[in-house]
Amino acid sequence: MVRGKRLVLEISNLRSAYGRIEVLRGISLQVRPNEIVALVGSNGAGKTTLLRALSGVQPAKGEISFLGERIDRLPPHRRVARGLVQSPEGRQIFGSLSVEDNLRLGGYLRKDKAISEDRDRIYDMFPVLKERRQALAGGLSGGQQQMLAIGRALMGKPKLLLLDEPSLGLSPLLVDQIIAAIADLRTKDIAVLLVEQNAVAALGIADRGYVMESGLIVHDGSAAALLADDRVKSAYLGIA
Amino acid sequence: MAEFFQFLVSGLTVGAVYALVALGFTLIYNASDVVNFAQGEFVMLGGMVTVFAHAAGVPLPLAAILAIVVAVIVGISLYWLAIAPARGASAVSLIIITIGASIFLRGVAQVVFDKQFHKLPSFSGDTPVQMMGAAVQPQSFWVIGGAATVVLLLYLFLERTLVGKAVLATSANRLAAKLVGINTATIMALSFGGSAAIGGIAGVLVTPITLTSYDVGTLLALKGFAAAMLGGMGNPFGALAGGLLLGLLEAFGAGLSQLHLQGRVRLHRHPRRAVRGAAGPVRRRAVERV
Ligand SMILES: Nc1ncnc2c1ncn2[C@@H]1O[C@H](COP(=O)(O)OP(=O)(O)OP(=O)(O)O)[C@@H](O)[C@H]1O
Ligand SMILES: [Mg+2]
Repeated sequence: MVRGKRLVLEISNLRSAYGRIEVLRGISLQVRPNEIVALVGSNGAGKTTLLRALSGVQPAKGEISFLGERIDRLPPHRRVARGLVQSPEGRQIFGSLSVEDNLRLGGYLRKDKAISEDRDRIYDMFPVLKERRQALAGGLSGGQQQMLAIGRALMGKPKLLLLDEPSLGLSPLLVDQIIAAIADLRTKDIAVLLVEQNAVAALGIADRGYVMESGLIVHDGSAAALLADDRVKSAYLGIA
Repeated sequence: MAEFFQFLVSGLTVGAVYALVALGFTLIYNASDVVNFAQGEFVMLGGMVTVFAHAAGVPLPLAAILAIVVAVIVGISLYWLAIAPARGASAVSLIIITIGASIFLRGVAQVVFDKQFHKLPSFSGDTPVQMMGAAVQPQSFWVIGGAATVVLLLYLFLERTLVGKAVLATSANRLAAKLVGINTATIMALSFGGSAAIGGIAGVLVTPITLTSYDVGTLLALKGFAAAMLGGMGNPFGALAGGLLLGLLEAFGAGLSQLHLQGRVRLHRHPRRAVRGAAGPVRRRAVERV
């Protein structure tokens, strides 16, 4: 497509509502190959709704193209099969299954033989998961559950990883660890759409960012430009 | 002692059937949140199809397999034709749908088969086995052993296969299951099919002892439901324990009071308990599960 490199994700005029209340009011955005894109905005802006719509677990109108093909009519599992994988808000791990089973199920649709190698790579990334691999996931601490949720999503071999508030409720040390792990995905040919309350940290590792407010994109630009923008700073980054 | 053992065996035999029905409830409930009151009709189909196929000259083992296949087809159709289109309906609406399906299946069975009671020959003859002073029907071993085998196979399927784990994952967290790429509709259809197979097997095993007719499912569904509630709806081990306990209570209750009113006594008591239960623990459980 454009400049020989097709977009990983292109959304245009996406709308979604809960009952009669419209929560996404015409969202358009793009993610390019190997890019980390931050999506920031205050509580209730519609970030989670947007990610849910992308994964197909929230009804929405509008166009979603993934790697050049329309996917907005596909059921959730067909989107995962194409490489659009999400680590959802609130972790949503399988609490009554073991850590190992959670990771295995992350690769549910995969037929290739590299599953156990990939699992070992997740264990290298988050060694504490390896120590607790036979434990029930519901018994993990919040931070460990978050690592598991990210690890499970990575097991799905994403081409685009949707991350919804991966640092929520974690200690500062863990936040740094998770953010570093996300920054590292760039080297693995995985594009990332990152939703974060911790907007400074998110923009710190992102290439570009979008600022969302009440179901609309109100600012966008390079991460550096957004971090420097006075309006963005005061309204969303908590920097005066 | 001999009497005690007699009651024990007959309680375990009936209890094993209740346990299978309760397990059927549990499997569907966990995967889809549906309380399927057509569960008893799967048992009825298992017995009736075997009886009629056998009467038509099909050898008993083949007739039994045919009956289980029919039950599975009915179970999967129930999901796709009645439950899946009502996606998003309230729990109560879904229960009403399954009650409707149960009435419908009974009506069809009445027309396709008849309104008589039917018996199947016992699989290993009718000569009682003497054990601990009691006379045990050989078919009891088939029922108890068959139920144990079903439970073991189900356990192995759920714990050792990826699709089984997908069933558990769908039960644990349906949203997350979708997000890892599990086609949850297929998994629910599978759980309806599996549940129907379990019911059908129960029907095949127990018909030589209890007889069958087009409407045996109603009472079995109520008892299986009571057993599932007793064990905590959604808990497979609880369902098994609840079923066996209910069977034992009936056997000892009827035996000790020397009243052979098993069916009638229960019929009066369970529907009310069942209804009360449905408003309580079921809802609470549904919310509790993570
Ligand atoms: N299941 C729901 N039913 C009705 N309204 C909902 C539902 N989920 C979210 N909303 C509403 O939709 C709006 C957007 O919610 P959403 O969760 O997408 O926001 P968000 O940007 O992810 O917020 P946060 O930063 O708090 O996670 C909010 O006003 C919220 O109240
Ligand atoms: Mg959110």
